[in-house]
Amino acid sequence: MTGSPANALPRLESAGLDGWMVRLFEQIDEANLPWITALARHCESAFADALVDLVPSYTTLLVVFDPVRLSPAEARQTIAGLLADLKPDEDLGTGQVHELPTFYDPSVGPDLGRVAEHTGMTVEQVIDCHSSKTYRVFALGFAPGFAFMGLIDPRLECPRLDTPRKKVPVGSVAIAARQTAAYPTATPGGWNLLGRTSARLFDREREGFSLLRVGDEVRFVSVSREEFERQGGDATPMEAAG
Amino acid sequence: MTAQSKAETAIRVHRAGPLALLQDRGRFGVRHLGVTQGGPADLYSWAWANYLAGNPWGTASLEITFGGLQLIAERDLDIAIAGADLGATLDEQPVPLWQRVTWKEGQKLIFASPVSGLRAYLSVRGGFAAEPVMGSVACVSREQLGGFDGWGSKLAEGDRLAIHTPEGKTAEGMTEAPGHARKDFREAPVLELLPGAQIGEFTGRSLYDAFNTWWRVDDRADRMGVRLLGPKLQCRIGSLISEGINLGGVQVPADGQPIALLNDRQTIGGYPRLGALSPLSASRLAQCLPGQEVKFVARGSGQVLRDYRAFLELFRLRRS
Repeated sequence: MTGSPANALPRLESAGLDGWMVRLFEQIDEANLPWITALARHCESAFADALVDLVPSYTTLLVVFDPVRLSPAEARQTIAGLLADLKPDEDLGTGQVHELPTFYDPSVGPDLGRVAEHTGMTVEQVIDCHSSKTYRVFALGFAPGFAFMGLIDPRLECPRLDTPRKKVPVGSVAIAARQTAAYPTATPGGWNLLGRTSARLFDREREGFSLLRVGDEVRFVSVSREEFERQGGDATPMEAAG
Repeated sequence: MTAQSKAETAIRVHRAGPLALLQDRGRFGVRHLGVTQGGPADLYSWAWANYLAGNPWGTASLEITFGGLQLIAERDLDIAIAGADLGATLDEQPVPLWQRVTWKEGQKLIFASPVSGLRAYLSVRGGFAAEPVMGSVACVSREQLGGFDGWGSKLAEGDRLAIHTPEGKTAEGMTEAPGHARKDFREAPVLELLPGAQIGEFTGRSLYDAFNTWWRVDDRADRMGVRLLGPKLQCRIGSLISEGINLGGVQVPADGQPIALLNDRQTIGGYPRLGALSPLSASRLAQCLPGQEVKFVARGSGQVLRDYRAFLELFRLRRS
C-alpha cells in the first residue's frame, strides 16, 4: 500500500470497537508533539462526556470513546473533522520546563561506567552530556508517571541491559537507545542507570498525579549528594536498595 | 468509603487464596499518565453479579481467580455470584450461581477450585467499600493502586471487608439470570476480532493460520494478557514505535505467538497487532484456563456493536 493515497498521513486506524488510532507521523521527532497535544485538546472538547481516554505517544493519538454514545463511524467523523482544521499547539504539555535535581554517582547510577566504556567517554563527559540538554516528553507508559524523553545526544546511545534488573529504585535516571527516563516507582527495568533524582515524579495526592506530561520539557540538573538528600532524595546505594 | 453512604465491616477473610481483587468498572481518564484501566477481566459476569445483587452499574465486586478463598459473614448479606464455577459452597452446601442468595451471619463461603471458567465475581448488595484512588477502587497490584487499602495489596487472613449500607430493606429487580445468559466456560470459544491496521502486514499463510487454528491458552496468562500457542505467525513489521493499546488488542511479538491484552496491560506498546477482540470476547477469553483452546473469527463493527450496546443497556439503565 506504500505510496497509495490510502497510506497518506494523518490516517485513522481501527483500534477496536471503542477506539481509533490517529496516526499523524511515521518517525519520532520533537516537532510531532505540538500537533499531537493540539489534537488531544480538541478531542477533549469535541467528544466531551463520550470521551473515555486519550493516549498520546510519539507519532500517534489513541482515542477511546463510549460506544453507547457514539458508533465507530460517528467517532471517526468527529476526529476527521478535527484533523481538517488542526494547528499545532504553541504551549506544549503543561508549558513548563521541569528541572529534575539529579545525583549522578556510581553508587546510585551503576551503569555510568558501562556507558562510559561503550561510548568512549569519561564518566564526567557522560554526566555533562546527559545533563546539558533539554528533553521533550514523547510518551508516558510502562508504569504510572514513567515518561519517555529524548532525544539524547547520539554519542550517548547505548543499548539496554541484556538482562533487566528485577528492581530499579525510585527516582533512578536512565538511558536506552536515544531516550532517557526517570523511574517514578520501583519496578523491574533494563535501562542503563546513570543516577537518581529527588523529584517526586508520581504522587496520587497531587493535582494531575504525574509531574511530567507529554510535550513537557525536562532538564536533569547535576547536584551533590548533600543537595540531593536535602531535597528528599534517598541515596541508598543500588546494592543495598536491591 | 464515599461520603454519601455508610459502610460497615461485614465480612471476615478466613483464608485469602491466591488472588481475589476488588474491581469496580476500572480507572479511566488517566491512561495518558501510564495508568492502566484495571476493572473486571470478565466484564460480562461482573455486570451480572452486580445486577442480581441489586447493585447499580459500576459497583465494586470481588474478582476471585482460581478459588482457594474462604470468607465468613459477620451479618446477613444479599449476594450474587456469577462467572466461573469455582465450586462455591456456603457451610458446605453448593451455592447456586447467577442468582441472588442470602449469606447468613456466621456462614462460611468457600471458593474451592475451577469447575468451569477461571474467575468468579462476588457481589454483595450495597457493594464493597473502599477509598477510590484516581477515581476507582480497581486493584492493580503492579501499580500499587486501589483495593481495600488503596495500595493494591492482596487480601490477607483476618482482613475485615466493609460493605456500603444499601438503601431500602430488600434488593429489587431480577433475582435470577435467564438460562441463555449463564455461561458454560468449558466450551471452546470463538473470539470476535476486529482487524487492525497491521493485519495486511502478516503473510498470507499467517493470516490463514491466525483464523483457522485452535490456539491453546498458555500458562503465561494473567490480567495483563493471555499468551496463545500455535503456529508461528509472521509479520513483515518487526516492531512499531510505541503507541496506545486498547483493551483486547492482539499483538504478535517476534516469536510469532499472539498475546491478547487484557485490563491490566501496559498502556503503550510496540508490537504489530492482528486487531482487537470485541469487549465481550475479551471477557470470554479471561475465563479460559491454561490448556483450553480458542479460535479467532474476523468481524466488522456492525453486529459486534449491536451486541455490546444491548449488553450495556441492560445493566447501565440501573444507575445509583
